[in-house]
Amino acid sequence: MLKINNLHVKLEEEDKRILKGVDLEIPAGQVHAIMGPNGSGKSTLSYVLSGRDGYEVTEGSASLEGADLLDMDPEERAAAGLFLAFQYPVEIPGVGNMTFLRTAVNAQRKARGQDELSAGEFLKVVRAKAADLKIDADMLKRPVNVGFSGGEKKRNEILQMAMLEPRMCIMDETDSGLDVDAMRLVADGVNALRSPDRSFLVITHYQRLLDHIKPDVVHIMADGRIVKTGGPELALQVETEGYGDLVTEAG
Amino acid sequence: MSDAAVQTKDVTPQVSGAPKKADALDARLDALTLPEGGFTAPARADALARLREMGLPGARDEYWRYTDPRSFNAPRPDPIEIEDKSPDSPLFTDLDRLLIVFVDGRFDAAASSDLSQDGVEIDILSSVEGEAGHWAKDLYGVLETAGQNPVKRPFAALNTAAADEGVLIRVTGKPAKPIHILHRRAKDDADVIWHHVIRLEQDAELTLLETGMVGARSNGQIEVDLAPGAKLHHIAAKRAGHQKLGFSAIFARVDREAQFRSFTLSVNGTLMRHEGVIEFVGDDAVGHIAAAVLGDGDKGPFHHDDTVFVTHGAERCESRQVFKKVLKNGAKGVFQGKILVKAGAQKTDGYQISQALLLDEDSQFLAKPELEIYADDVVCSHGSTTGAIDETALFYLRSRGVPKDRAIVLLVLSFLADALDEVADEGLREQINHRLEAWLTRRAKI
Repeated sequence: MLKINNLHVKLEEEDKRILKGVDLEIPAGQVHAIMGPNGSGKSTLSYVLSGRDGYEVTEGSASLEGADLLDMDPEERAAAGLFLAFQYPVEIPGVGNMTFLRTAVNAQRKARGQDELSAGEFLKVVRAKAADLKIDADMLKRPVNVGFSGGEKKRNEILQMAMLEPRMCIMDETDSGLDVDAMRLVADGVNALRSPDRSFLVITHYQRLLDHIKPDVVHIMADGRIVKTGGPELALQVETEGYGDLVTEAG
Repeated sequence: MSDAAVQTKDVTPQVSGAPKKADALDARLDALTLPEGGFTAPARADALARLREMGLPGARDEYWRYTDPRSFNAPRPDPIEIEDKSPDSPLFTDLDRLLIVFVDGRFDAAASSDLSQDGVEIDILSSVEGEAGHWAKDLYGVLETAGQNPVKRPFAALNTAAADEGVLIRVTGKPAKPIHILHRRAKDDADVIWHHVIRLEQDAELTLLETGMVGARSNGQIEVDLAPGAKLHHIAAKRAGHQKLGFSAIFARVDREAQFRSFTLSVNGTLMRHEGVIEFVGDDAVGHIAAAVLGDGDKGPFHHDDTVFVTHGAERCESRQVFKKVLKNGAKGVFQGKILVKAGAQKTDGYQISQALLLDEDSQFLAKPELEIYADDVVCSHGSTTGAIDETALFYLRSRGVPKDRAIVLLVLSFLADALDEVADEGLREQINHRLEAWLTRRAKI
């Protein structure tokens, strides 16, 4: 599904190297987690994969189902099946959640050569998905993320994910700003979307999110590289021992 | 006139050696046909005297320091292209409304509705000017005169002195239909002056809509007097017309528990200046004035100036000034806004925000927000910002698959939302929003 080879990235505006040779492969249907201390490059990896400005790829490649991601605009990556759940979802006053969702869904359908959904069709789908995810219909009527609690914002991200039906979902520190109950709700949403042809990359600081979203593989990232890869037990090791030895051991 | 000619046109007259102020005013007045007689004659004579005393504005005048007034001062406007190439039809045409049509500033009875409606008395100024003792004589020029202090407003005085056309509306109840004033233009050099007087009696209500394209140059004025408990909702939507020179002013006197709400949508124009003057004379009144401006300098200069003065002269009144400007291709926006709270106007709630969204580095926004407060128990705040598209928000939308052009349109609509929220009627607000969206979508390529 997602293949990253020897990815090197620096900030465009300053000569600062962030990613220093990331290798990662996530097969279809798998959930991978990336953990690592602050400043290790986790969020940068998510931004570079989804096409945010400000980063320069100096070496390496990244592809989604064989398509070169780095050659596409952000909207093209989205249409190709990539989704980034933001750590801090953006508030957009004056633009209704429904308008935004319908615009996004139909833009992706158009880019894929599919017919756009009519207002009626869209309404039917969004109501059903919201109900599945236990999202209050009232949230759909409000402006995008405006006045939403931290938990509501993250659930709104999950709703977008459910509507857009991406193949590869990147969750950027989804647990930040959430209490235990909100985290469980979000994790339940993610678990509901797990399927054999959809993959997840869960970026997190802490093991506790992984109590709810069971990863197949856990990677430890430090100083712009993946320094260790293992099973879910690796996350437990981080929880008890911290990153210190793991990072030092990897050299 | 070709587009090429428009692109290179300098809107300000090229004068070699500035004429003396008095000569310039004489030339301006000579080019007009000043009305004579009628019930507005005393007010017109008074306005003319005041105008001669204050003269036409110049760049050194405090309230004209950001906007060059010379093209308003010029005796005649340059001819413009009058062919309507705008793809937009006038707004609000599908409403059940009472329509009043002006062509080049002259009332067109044939195109207008029957002006009778329960709870409303409507007269056309040119038709009743000969009558003595018309109710409007106690208001014509009166609010404009009051609004000349402490700021001199020469073009408002010029309007009072020279206008011989307009609508006089007196509302005593709650009319079923809104009143819609629609402007059309026919001559390429029309220099249009109109003056409306609106009086809402106690607890009366009115929705007043203004749309259309006005002459090569226009000077329009509305004087609004709201009795206790009255509510006026005024919505003006100026259609695209790149070459338009327009000055407009609205003076409102708001009495106890009355509500004055005015929203203006402006799309293009060469040089536009809108002055809003609101005075609270009774307690617990509300006055909101808002504008959404879209300026694109792609086909010639664009300069839009909003100058507002709100005077709190009574207790517990609420004022809002919400001004949003979206500028691109070298367009220039100006906002000058003041809240004056007089001694004794306790519990005043005054708020003023002016914001510009610059879609490129060539555009410019100049703002002068002011507070002057002589009461000690008030809440007054003001703010002004100038910014570009939020890159994080743009990326957020694009990461969901929304193409860049469309994402920018959504973010501009988001930016304008606060101003649009001042349009209380949801249906009217939706129509304006659709108009904005269509305009933005056509111009989304940046």
